[in-house]
Amino acid sequence: MSSQVDQIKEEVEAKLIPIYVMGKQYMVPESLTIMKAIEYAGYKYIRGCGCRGGVCGACATVYRKPGEYKIRTGLACQTVVESEMYLTQLPFYPANRATYEFDNLEGVPEEIFQLYPELFRCVACNACSKVCPMDVEVMDYIAALKRGDIAEASRISFDCIQCGLCASRCMGELPQYHIAQLARRITGAYLTPSAEHLKTMVANIEAGRYTKGLDELKAADTENLRNLYTEREMEPATAGEDWSPQSDAYL
Amino acid sequence: MPYPDSLKQLIKVVESTREERVARKLKNEEVPFLSLDERAEMLKHHPDVKEEGRREIKVGPSKGYRVAHEMADLLEASSRVDPTKIDVSRWDYETDVLVIGGGGAGTSAAILASQMGANVIIATKLRHGDANTMMAEGGIQAATKGHKDSPYYHYLDVMGGGHFKNVPELVETLVTQAPSAIKWLEGLGCNFSKFDDGTLKTIHGGGTSRKRMHFAADITGAEMMRTVRDEARNRADKIKVVEFSPAVELILNEHGHCAGAVLYNMETEEYTVVKAKAVVMATGGCGRLHIQGFMTTNHYGATADGIVMGYRAGVPVCFLHTVQYHPTGIVFPEQAEGILITEKFRGSGANLVNIDGQQFVNEREPRDVEAAAIIKECIASSKGVPTPTGKLGIWLDSPMIDMLSGEGTVEREFPGKFILYKRFGIDISKEPMLIYPTLHYQNGGLEFESTGKTSVPGLFLAGEVGGGIHGENRLMGNSLLDIMVFGRIAGRSAAEYVNAGVQDGTLTLDHVKKYNAEIEQEGAGDGRVAPMLLPDYTEPVTRERQLTSHYVGTIR
Repeated sequence: MSSQVDQIKEEVEAKLIPIYVMGKQYMVPESLTIMKAIEYAGYKYIRGCGCRGGVCGACATVYRKPGEYKIRTGLACQTVVESEMYLTQLPFYPANRATYEFDNLEGVPEEIFQLYPELFRCVACNACSKVCPMDVEVMDYIAALKRGDIAEASRISFDCIQCGLCASRCMGELPQYHIAQLARRITGAYLTPSAEHLKTMVANIEAGRYTKGLDELKAADTENLRNLYTEREMEPATAGEDWSPQSDAYL
Repeated sequence: MPYPDSLKQLIKVVESTREERVARKLKNEEVPFLSLDERAEMLKHHPDVKEEGRREIKVGPSKGYRVAHEMADLLEASSRVDPTKIDVSRWDYETDVLVIGGGGAGTSAAILASQMGANVIIATKLRHGDANTMMAEGGIQAATKGHKDSPYYHYLDVMGGGHFKNVPELVETLVTQAPSAIKWLEGLGCNFSKFDDGTLKTIHGGGTSRKRMHFAADITGAEMMRTVRDEARNRADKIKVVEFSPAVELILNEHGHCAGAVLYNMETEEYTVVKAKAVVMATGGCGRLHIQGFMTTNHYGATADGIVMGYRAGVPVCFLHTVQYHPTGIVFPEQAEGILITEKFRGSGANLVNIDGQQFVNEREPRDVEAAAIIKECIASSKGVPTPTGKLGIWLDSPMIDMLSGEGTVEREFPGKFILYKRFGIDISKEPMLIYPTLHYQNGGLEFESTGKTSVPGLFLAGEVGGGIHGENRLMGNSLLDIMVFGRIAGRSAAEYVNAGVQDGTLTLDHVKKYNAEIEQEGAGDGRVAPMLLPDYTEPVTRERQLTSHYVGTIR
């Protein structure tokens, strides 16, 4: 076994490559992500590192490869280093965020236009979409909002992790990701029908419908609970929405 | 990093048995589920039962309780800063409610407290929202469909998952407040996946008797977190957020009531004092302690700080003897180590197979049983696959899913993971994934009541930092629920406590001095300090060269 491990280990023994952290060269193993490479180089993260799993937006990174005019972006925790890359992290970018009383909104496009008049400063250059590390079509959702299509903007922007790179590149100085957040909240609360079954359940709980059953369970000893647990009816994996259990005693 | 040739050779072994396994699956011929007795036998391979992995805590309110060494190391450590150096007779901030932690629980607590008129400060170690909440993919449980489900069945499922050890009152609160938590989020504009008529979509999770897992595509936690964070930001007049400033010590007053905290500004390296009428502890879990050397799914700041602070202030701990290991974390490529591979892969038919291409367990056992079976196969049975970093793994045979459900299924159903592996040159619809259990959730924590109260007046808590709701094992979908239900309750309770009028008094850190003295007296601690705040991933060779650096714990 150990010779097998050694063999595999040797095969992937990463060679060291140069990267430039804010212009300064460090030799790092070629297999590392930018985040682990920066730690390997001796940095200790306070900013620029969050979930380490690609969803929190803390580690937005901008880089360039030698001989290329193109600005590339990625999340430091998800992007593997490349030889000679010049990189910097943008852990924060100032962006205007409007404040609103959400409950008092009506959920119409004019409210978004009023809160974020800079929306119409968009010149459709598409720099925002090009720079997005999540491949969100940022310009398209801004265009949808300009047309007043809040639900479409909400759909297009759904994977946004709010890293702020779009705002950093915007000629019109828009805070795209804040505008999209407002659009998604309006969609969720005002443009999508609310769940009737949810209202009914909350009302039934408040009316004490399940109190007796729960009191029985709380008073049950472990053996009794085990039996009830083992015997509980299971909803089949393939059941449709209308499936009902045989017993409605505790519904 | 694609698979090296030697691993590609081993993948051929998996391929050689794949067709036969797919054929069996199509005939519904499964590896039999373990009986309750067999489960108990299998769980002997679970890290939780390894007595050498834990020890009795030598100090504090739960002295004598056996917990993981990594946790005991922190509980037996002295304060980061000499308490006599901190002048608590003057304070830098004053507020009604101080919330420690800026994840889902803390943010919900802040919103509820502010709605009741309280001025709130959220002190958080990283950015507001950098928390495990953000990373939760799967969903949130709640019995919302009265024609087939009720809090009664949810209660039974939670208890069964937790080995019937859960605290009944906490479970009752969890399941009866679940639907109103979902309704609250719906009202804030959280986009749960719905049918056209507004009916919420729900699916099964491991251990659920009814389909009650609600979700927002495959980023449920992120959608919830960004929604409540946005709402908190709208209340900036009542909720002030202080980022990169973790609390390192609770402050009590002369009456023994919790009355604030000492914050550490990690950027300017200053310690500051917050005076508060009530404190909500919502610091989350402990994945970054890497208990028993396990990799973790948790975010960068999950270092159990709240447990350390609360314990020093006198709150006992419970259920910390169990830790949840998610059965399937990435073990290769190394860059993605610890990242969670959702149960949905196994639910969709992917087998777990060993180095010989053989199955050794049904892939849909409960999390703790599944994790134990993988560890047993690798260690006791020596059938693990060696990885380039000297670890062992098991194959999760994802290409089966395309064979079972049609080409393109893996790419369509698991876009996030498909892209992640593609970046490393691995096509998971053609090649299997190498996995091993990964540290996922702290089942236990500080003791508390269903009102969010702890044994220290004025100290409330919510979320993963508390123990008892999930007993010895949490079910999928109940942690996003836990933070919303108990976050809201803790915020409300704290504001009620403040509104009823609190007894002012001289602030003190005497409990910290006493704790430090107890550590010295017991000869514990070995010079360690806590809370840890951040894990240390500095290379040892680099550290050796930092000749004039001074480390306090893991921080330079």
